[in-house]
Amino acid sequence: MKKTRPARPDVPFDARREIAVQLSDVSFGYDRRRPVLKSIDMTIPRGKVVAIMGGSGCGKTTILRLIGGQLRPQSGKVLVAGQSVPDLDRDGLYALRRRVGMLFQFGALFTDLSVFENVAFPLREHTELPEDMVRDLVLMKLNAVGLRGTAALKPSELSGGMARRVALARATALDPMLVMYDEPFAGLDPISLGVVGQLIRRMNDALGITSVVVTHDVYESLKIVDYLYFVSEGRIVAAGTPDEVRRSQDPFVRQFVDAEPDGPVPFHYAARPLAEELSRVI
Amino acid sequence: MSSSGIARGVARGLRRVGGGTVETITRLGFASRFFIAVLYHTPGAFRRLRLTLREIYFSGVLSLVIILVSGLFVGMVLALQGVEVLERYGAQESLGIVVALSLVRELGPVVAGLLFASRAGSAVTAEIGLMKATEQIAAMEMMAVDPLARVVAPRFWGGVVSMPLLAALFSTLGVFGAYLVGVKLIGIDAGAFWGNMQAAVDFRRDIVNGVIKSVVFGMIVALIAVFEGYDAKPTAEGVSTATTRTVVGSSLMILAADFVLTVFMFRGVGL
Repeated sequence: MKKTRPARPDVPFDARREIAVQLSDVSFGYDRRRPVLKSIDMTIPRGKVVAIMGGSGCGKTTILRLIGGQLRPQSGKVLVAGQSVPDLDRDGLYALRRRVGMLFQFGALFTDLSVFENVAFPLREHTELPEDMVRDLVLMKLNAVGLRGTAALKPSELSGGMARRVALARATALDPMLVMYDEPFAGLDPISLGVVGQLIRRMNDALGITSVVVTHDVYESLKIVDYLYFVSEGRIVAAGTPDEVRRSQDPFVRQFVDAEPDGPVPFHYAARPLAEELSRVI
Repeated sequence: MSSSGIARGVARGLRRVGGGTVETITRLGFASRFFIAVLYHTPGAFRRLRLTLREIYFSGVLSLVIILVSGLFVGMVLALQGVEVLERYGAQESLGIVVALSLVRELGPVVAGLLFASRAGSAVTAEIGLMKATEQIAAMEMMAVDPLARVVAPRFWGGVVSMPLLAALFSTLGVFGAYLVGVKLIGIDAGAFWGNMQAAVDFRRDIVNGVIKSVVFGMIVALIAVFEGYDAKPTAEGVSTATTRTVVGSSLMILAADFVLTVFMFRGVGL
């Protein structure tokens, strides 16, 4: 179990496999005074499911946005399939995004389109496929997530878990090489949670894609991922395989895995001592 | 208050004014770049003709009820007020001229523009703002589809195309309302009503200028609506603020632009 900034040569994957995503010494902030990410190093090999974990506001979604080119790092390198994302022009970035799927926190389905049209959207926008082939592909994608029967429904008629499964079908419509998941388990009931988790794993293995899952759900992640990065206050504070994480005695990992209210991440927001505060004359 | 306190207060006030000015100029610059980007994506909007037609339906067809009813009542009230004044000079037969010129030159484009901003502009802002808040815009970008081409440009052109048609219908219903009140209710001679109107209304000077106004107002409302939606903070409060800004901003801009256009169209450059 590595403590901080795991060195790239040590990542416990088969080094011969191609690297899908690599972040080297990446720093980012919306302004110079408040850095969100500080010197992040991360390697995501092709074909693996990797989780980025951390509390709310620790910068994990920012990492996804950097990988997807929605944000540019202040320093460091972001490589996806060997291409430097910040250096791509608009056409290059769009060409890359056609090979990358993203599942947003609540699905982000287009509310004015039916489930069928949502999944058909990337196919219609980026291919010249005949209508009958689009129909077959959409139904196959929906079948893979178990929701072929919802093709005619509107997104507003779906439950949260179903919406995320439709979004997963849409994200994989163009058979991407990489799929990014932003909090795929947030707000789901236990059954939907298990279904979405298993779908992430199954789609990853069946389609030979690479998955990056940003989440704070340790229990579900440990069941499906190959490797985990823990992010706190903009830094990678720990990393390891699910077994290493379960055995880890690192205080942050233990607090996170055991859901302890206090620890390296304090329960109280920074404030003056309580006695001093209460004795203050107003 | 001590002198240092006054100095601090003045400095704070100046900072606020300066900050507000810089922010306004920045937004204006962003809006200008946004407008150019929308124009750049215009061919894409017309290639996706189905989307633009859909927006014409949502902005135009669904605004018909309020525009037609308002036009009818404005025309009827205009006739009642007009007859009351014209009677003093024994010129009731000129009612058709008064009503037609008021509607075609001013009330048609301006009132239709204000109603269009409230009905369609606010809806467009809220829709785009909510798409942003629910990450639909971000999802589109991540699917390598430019939201300016897919979402913004069709809505912009939907508004620009709808507005002159709505203004024309507003004026038409207004004239019809004035006819109902002036001719059918009060008893002004129908021949005089229509004949005087035909003789006094000039196609180029009155109708074309009115159409130009309504096109300009359509562009103002559509641009403000899509910009405010796209620039909205992705929260419930942000969307509500953006919707309010669309209605207030569009209305004020329409009134200001109407004054400037009227000066150039009917008084020439030298007033």
